Amino acid sequence: MPALLLRHRDIPDIGKLDVYNKNGGFEAFKKVVTSMQPQEVTDVVKASGLRGRGGAGFPTGVKWSFIPNNIWPHYVVANADESEPGTFKDREIMECNPFQFLEGVAIAAFAVGANAAYIYLRGEFWTMAAILDKKIAEMEKTGLLGEKLFGTDYSLQIYTHLGAGAYICGEETALLESIEGKRGQPRIRPPFPAVYGLYGKPTVINNVETLTNVPLIIEKGADWYKSMGTADSAGVKIFSLSGHVNQPGNYELPFGTTYRELIYKCGGGVTDDRPVKAIMSAGASSSFIVADDKALDTPMDYASVRTLGADLGSASVIVINDSVNLEWVINRTIHFFKHESCGKCTPCREGCYWMMHLVERIEQGQDVLANTELLYSVAKQMQNKCLCPLGEFATMAVTTAIERFPADFKPSLAGGQHG
Amino acid sequence: MSLADKYPQEVKKIMAKYPPEQKRSAVMPLLYLAQRDKGFVTKAALEDIARMLDMTTTDVAGIVGFYTLYHDQQAGKYRMQVCTDLPCALRGADKFLEELCGNLGVKVGATTPDGMITVEAVMCLAGCDKAPMFQVQSGEGIAYHENMTMDKTMELVAALRKSGKEVK
Amino acid sequence: MAKMVSLMVDGQPVSVPAGTLIVNAAKQVGIDIPVFCYHPKMEPVGMCRQCLVEVGRPVIDRATGQPVMEGDKPKIGFGPKLETACTTPVSEGMLVLSQSDKAKASQKEILEFLLTSHPLDCPVCDKGGECPLQNLTMAHASPQSRYIYAEKSHAGKHLPLGDLIWLDRERCIQCARCIRFQEEIVGEPVLAFYQRGRATDIITNSDPGFDSVFSGNTSDICPVGALTTADFRFGARPWEMKAAASICAQCPVGCNVTFNTRREAMSGGKVAIKRVMPRQNEAVNEIWLCDKGRFTYHFTDDANRLAKPLLRKNGEQVTASWTESMQVVSQAFSDARKNSVILASGRLSNEDLFNLKQLADGLGGEALLYTHMGGGELTASLGVSAGTNFSNMGKETTILVVASDLYNEAPLWFLRIKQAAERGAALIIVNARETKLERYAKFTVRYSYGDETDTVRGLAKKGKVGETITAAENLVVLYGSDGLGLDGSSSVAAACAELVKDCTGKPNNGLIGVWPRANDQGAWELGFQPADDLAKIFKGKAVYIVAADPVGDDPKLKTALQGAKFVAVQELFLTRTAQLADVVLPAQAYTEREGSFTSGERRVQRYYPAIPQRGETRADFEITAAIAKEVGLELEGRSASLVMDKLGASLKAFEGTSYRKLAETNEQWPIVGRGDLYYGGTTYENRQGLGVTLALSPSTAGKVVKGSGKFLRPDEDQWLAVPVTRLYDRGITVTTSELLHAHIDAAIVLLHPEMAKQLGVTAGDQLSVNGFQAEVRLDATVPASVALLPRSMGFPINAPAPAELKKA
Repeated sequence: MPALLLRHRDIPDIGKLDVYNKNGGFEAFKKVVTSMQPQEVTDVVKASGLRGRGGAGFPTGVKWSFIPNNIWPHYVVANADESEPGTFKDREIMECNPFQFLEGVAIAAFAVGANAAYIYLRGEFWTMAAILDKKIAEMEKTGLLGEKLFGTDYSLQIYTHLGAGAYICGEETALLESIEGKRGQPRIRPPFPAVYGLYGKPTVINNVETLTNVPLIIEKGADWYKSMGTADSAGVKIFSLSGHVNQPGNYELPFGTTYRELIYKCGGGVTDDRPVKAIMSAGASSSFIVADDKALDTPMDYASVRTLGADLGSASVIVINDSVNLEWVINRTIHFFKHESCGKCTPCREGCYWMMHLVERIEQGQDVLANTELLYSVAKQMQNKCLCPLGEFATMAVTTAIERFPADFKPSLAGGQHG
Repeated sequence: MSLADKYPQEVKKIMAKYPPEQKRSAVMPLLYLAQRDKGFVTKAALEDIARMLDMTTTDVAGIVGFYTLYHDQQAGKYRMQVCTDLPCALRGADKFLEELCGNLGVKVGATTPDGMITVEAVMCLAGCDKAPMFQVQSGEGIAYHENMTMDKTMELVAALRKSGKEVK
Repeated sequence: MAKMVSLMVDGQPVSVPAGTLIVNAAKQVGIDIPVFCYHPKMEPVGMCRQCLVEVGRPVIDRATGQPVMEGDKPKIGFGPKLETACTTPVSEGMLVLSQSDKAKASQKEILEFLLTSHPLDCPVCDKGGECPLQNLTMAHASPQSRYIYAEKSHAGKHLPLGDLIWLDRERCIQCARCIRFQEEIVGEPVLAFYQRGRATDIITNSDPGFDSVFSGNTSDICPVGALTTADFRFGARPWEMKAAASICAQCPVGCNVTFNTRREAMSGGKVAIKRVMPRQNEAVNEIWLCDKGRFTYHFTDDANRLAKPLLRKNGEQVTASWTESMQVVSQAFSDARKNSVILASGRLSNEDLFNLKQLADGLGGEALLYTHMGGGELTASLGVSAGTNFSNMGKETTILVVASDLYNEAPLWFLRIKQAAERGAALIIVNARETKLERYAKFTVRYSYGDETDTVRGLAKKGKVGETITAAENLVVLYGSDGLGLDGSSSVAAACAELVKDCTGKPNNGLIGVWPRANDQGAWELGFQPADDLAKIFKGKAVYIVAADPVGDDPKLKTALQGAKFVAVQELFLTRTAQLADVVLPAQAYTEREGSFTSGERRVQRYYPAIPQRGETRADFEITAAIAKEVGLELEGRSASLVMDKLGASLKAFEGTSYRKLAETNEQWPIVGRGDLYYGGTTYENRQGLGVTLALSPSTAGKVVKGSGKFLRPDEDQWLAVPVTRLYDRGITVTTSELLHAHIDAAIVLLHPEMAKQLGVTAGDQLSVNGFQAEVRLDATVPASVALLPRSMGFPINAPAPAELKKA
C-alpha cells in the first residue's frame, strides 16, 4: 500500500511545492474553500472516525464541532511539541512531507472558521521551524495562503511559534499559555480550549499527524478512511519504533497490525536476538506490557491495547529486551518526569521528586524491598490528584513495572542496566 | 542597544505574527533574539524586552527561568546537548556521553577551558531511532547531529572550535 | 437577584447563589474544606490540590434528559476522580463529601507531599501559632512522615524581596498567592516563579526589589512562613501578643488595623507595639493595608516622645509640673480672650477637635485648620453618604479623580478604584501629569498646572467625557492637592462640587477630598477654617498650636511665631515649633488612648488604646478641657466617649455616632477568624466596630472659601515649582521607622529629561531651587517648564510658586 502520510518514502521530492501540487496537492483545500460549508467539512472528518494522534485519541471531528459560533475569532493550533520519549513521527512529516501537514492545518482552519493558525514547535525543532516558514512563504506567494483565497472571502495566515524546551507545553492548555507569552503551565479545565482557548477565544488544537490525515480524508472521503484500520480505530498510524530493535524508525501501518509484525517484520527483530521482555506502547507515559505471545499478537488499536492493561497513546513503541532491569528503566522515566514537571500542582511536583529519591536508592541497592513498596505507594498516592495528565502519566510506568515485573525489584537484581 | 534597534527587521516580523493587543506573545522569540549575542539573556535584555512588551522585568525573568533553552548565565559558545533519555539510553547513549566527556576533559555540565564547548545531558530530542545523537545550541540557534560516532563527533568539535574562533 | 442553588455538603443542606464555589458554599454551614492556594479575594487556580473532595451529581438519563430516580430521591453519581472544591461551582442537587474516607485520605496525602519539602522550622518560624499549614497538618495529616530527612530539598532561607519582605524558599509551598495578589489585585506583577518542578521559587526583578507599596499584604496571605516582614521578623510569638483595634492615622482612607502588643524585657518591661495587622472592614480597606500604614507605627512609642510639660524660664525651656504649666496657659488665654487663635491639624481625633472648637468659640477666638488643601466645607454637605462602598461600584458608576496621585496620597483608594474600574466603573483621571491609576482609566484629561479649575468647569460640557459624567447613574468625585495649594484646591473643590451637587444623598455619590491627614474631614465637619497667612493670623495673639509644626515645614514661619504674644504648643515631640513655644504640653499618642477619626468617606471610626500612656502625657481633649475650665468654660474632659456624646448632641451630622454605635459590627465576607482562622490570611476579624457614616449636613459647615481665581502657570520664560505628594516623606511619622529609611528620598526636584538638559543638569546633580538645594531626578511624566517638589522632604513648598533654578 502506498504511504499516505510518509509519502516521501514513495515520492522523494514531495517536500517541494511543485511536486506536491503535481501529486494532488491542495486540491482538497481548494475544494473545501470553494465548494463546501465549514460544517460539512467537520461532518466529513467526524464520519471518517479520525482520532487524535497526539496520544489522547479523541475523535477529531467531534473536537472541531465543539467550537461555538457566538465568540470570535477562532484559532487553530497545530501541536508540534513532540517531546514524548520514543516519539519522532511528527518531525519526519514536517521535514519530508510538510505541505500535506500544512494543507491539513488549512482545511482545519476553514472548518472551524479560523483565519489564523499557529504551529507550536518544540524549541529544539529550530531548523524545522525555519523550513516551515519557507514553505509557508511559498504558499503565500502562490495564493494558497493570504487574503481572499481562490476568489472567495476566506483568508488564512499560518504562523510558526517556537517553544523553548518544556515537555509540559505539549499539554493543550500549557501550550496556549506558552504562545500567550506566559510560563507554560496547564490551566484548570473547565473551561476547555474549544470555548476558552488562545487569548481566551475558541481554539482547536490538533497533533501534526492528525492534521496530515485531513487532506486525504477530504479528497478520498470518510468511507475510504474508515475502510482502513479497525472498528474503533480508523485509518493508518505512524508507529515510532525505538529501543532494542535492529531497525528503529517510523512505520506507517494500518491500525490492527500486531506488535509482532511491527517488531519483527518492520523492526528487523530484537537486538542481539534476545527475547522481548517489555513493550512500552506510549513512550515514557506507558503502562508496561509484559511481552508474552498474547501481547505480541495483540493488534495495535485503541481498544485492543487496553486489554493488555496499557494504552495506544501516541504509538511510540519502545522495545525492551531481557538485558535490562525494569528498575533501571523507570529510573529514567522518573528522571524525565521530574525534569519536566511544571511544578504547579503539589502531587506531581513533590511526588516526582520523592519518586526520584526512592528509585535512586533502589538503584544503589539500599533497602530495596521497603523502598519499592514505598515507591509504589507514592506513585499510587499521586494518581487521580494531579492538575494535568503529566503527573498521572509519571506514575504509570512505576506502578506497572512493580506490579508486572516484581522480580526486577528484588535486592539481588537491583542496580544497573543488566539484571 | 535595544533589540528593536539591533535587529529591526526581525523584531518587526516577530511582532507581526501576533494580534497587536497580545504583544506579550512575542516574548519567546525575542528572548531567542536576545540570546544571539552571548548565548544567554542579560539583565539589560530582560529590561529591554519588558519595555518593548509592557511587561515587568520580573515577568520576563520568569519566562527565562521556566524553559530549558533559555539561559541566564554564560556557558561555552557551543552547548553540546546529548540526549540520554530512555530510548537513546537503550542504545548506548550513556556510554557515548561518558566517552565524550572524557575526550573533552570535562564533567557533564562543565565548560572546556577554552570556553568553546559545554557538555550537557538533556531529555528526549525526538531522535530515538538515530541514537547516539545530540544537538548543538549556540546564540545562532540549534542544529541536530544524529547517528553519530565518536569520530564524527570529535571532527565536529574541531570544526566548531575553528569556526568559533573566526567569528568575532 | 442571582438564582439560588440547593445542595448538600457533608449531609448538611445549603442554599447559595448560582456560581458559588463549593469551598465557599461549605463555609456557609461552618464546614471548612482545607485550602492553601485558594483565597476568597482571588481567582481560583486549583494548584495545591488540598481541597479535593468527592462530588456527586444527580444522574441524568441521556435519552430523556430527566434525572434518574432511586425511590423518591434522584440517583447520585460520583465521578471517578476527586474534584477541587475551589474551582468547582455548585449545581442543583449536588452532594459534596469532604469527610469521607476517600476525601480524608486525599487531604492527608497532599499534606504529606507538602511536608516532604517543607522544613521543620516551627520552633524558629514567625508564622508558628498563626500558620494555616500548622493548623491543617494538625487537623488532617499523618503524624509520621515517610520521607527521609536527609533528602529534603534545600534552598535559600533568608532572601530579601526588596528590603521590607524576607523570603524563605524552603518554606514556600508554591501556592502562588503572593504572585497572584500582586498581579490580580494590585496590578504590579513584581513577583514571579522562576525555574519549574521542585526547583520553582519566587523571585523579584524590579528595581528596587518587590517594588510595591502593598508588599506587606503578601505576608498576611502567605499560608506558611515563607514571607515575613523585616519589621516583625523574630519579633514575638502570636500567642504572646495582645490585640488592640485601631485606625491607621496616615491618610484619609482610615484603614482598620490591629496593633499587636507585648510586655517584654527587651523594651525594659514596657508594653511595646510589635506589629500592625489589617483588620477587616469591607467598606473601607477590605482586608488590606498599605506598607506605610503597616510600618510607621514606631513614632507612637519613639524614645524622643515628650513625657513632661515644658515651661520657658529665663529664655530656657525646662520641665515643669502640669499645675504650673496649666496656670501659665490659662492665664494667657484668659487675658487674650478673643485675641486667641487655635491652630490644629487633622492628626487629632474628632473629640480633640471638638473641644478645641468649643474653646475657640467660648473665647471668641479663631479655630483654624493647619492644611495646604481646602474645600472641606463642601464635603460636609456634598460628601458621600451611608452605604457608599468602592467594592459595590461597577458599570453604573463614574469615578472622577482630579489633581490627585492616589497611589501616593491614599494607596487603598488607588487599589479599590482600580478594581472598580476593572469591574466596569468609568474612571476619568484629570491631572497635569501621568499617575499610576491612569492605566485603568476610561478617559484621561490632561491640563497644564494652573488650569485645573477651568478644566474641571468644562468637563461635563462636552464630548464623551461630558456624557460619561452627566449620564452616570452614580458619580463620585475625588479631588486632591497634586500641584495645588490652599487657594488652588479650594477653587478646584468648588468646581468639583458643581458636578455632584444634584446627586448626593444616595450611596456611591458625592465629593471626596483626598486630604493630607487622617482626620481632616473631621476638622472640616466641625467647622474649622483653613489657615492661610500665619504671620498675619498670629500677630499679637495668644496662639494654641496642637499637632502642627509650621516652623518644621517652613523655617521662615519662625518670624510668624515670634510675632505672637504667647505660644502654647501641644505635641508628641519637641518639634521646631515647640522649641519656640512658651509652654509645651505633652500629648498622648493615639495608640495610648481612645478616640475617633472621620475618614474622607465621612465614616467615623473608633480606635482603642494599645499601649499605656508615655510619662505624664494626657489626651488632647482632656488638656483642652482643663484649659477651658480655667477660663470659665465647661467642657467634657473625662473620657472620649463622653466628648463624643456632646459632639453628637451639638452637630446634626454626628447624630447617632455614640461609642456604642461605633462599636457595632455585622457579618462580613470573606469570613476571617472563626473555624478556619487563616482562610483569608492573618487579617484580624473585626469585632470592635465598623464605624458609622455621617449624615449629610444641610449646608456647609463653615463659610466656603472659593479661591482667588488667580493661578500661576508655567511657561518657557517662567518655570513653576509645583508641590506633589510622596507616600514616604521626611515627616516624623515616617522617619522614626528606620526600616523605611531606604524608601525615603533626599530633598529632590523632579524634572523632565529634556528640561534637565536645557538647564545643563542630569540625574544626581545638585540644583538650587529658590535658594534651596535639591537633588535632580529625571522623570518623563513631568510637564515642560515645571519642577516638581515633593512635600515634607525638607523643601518648604505648599503651593505652586515661580521657580528660580540655578545649577549649584
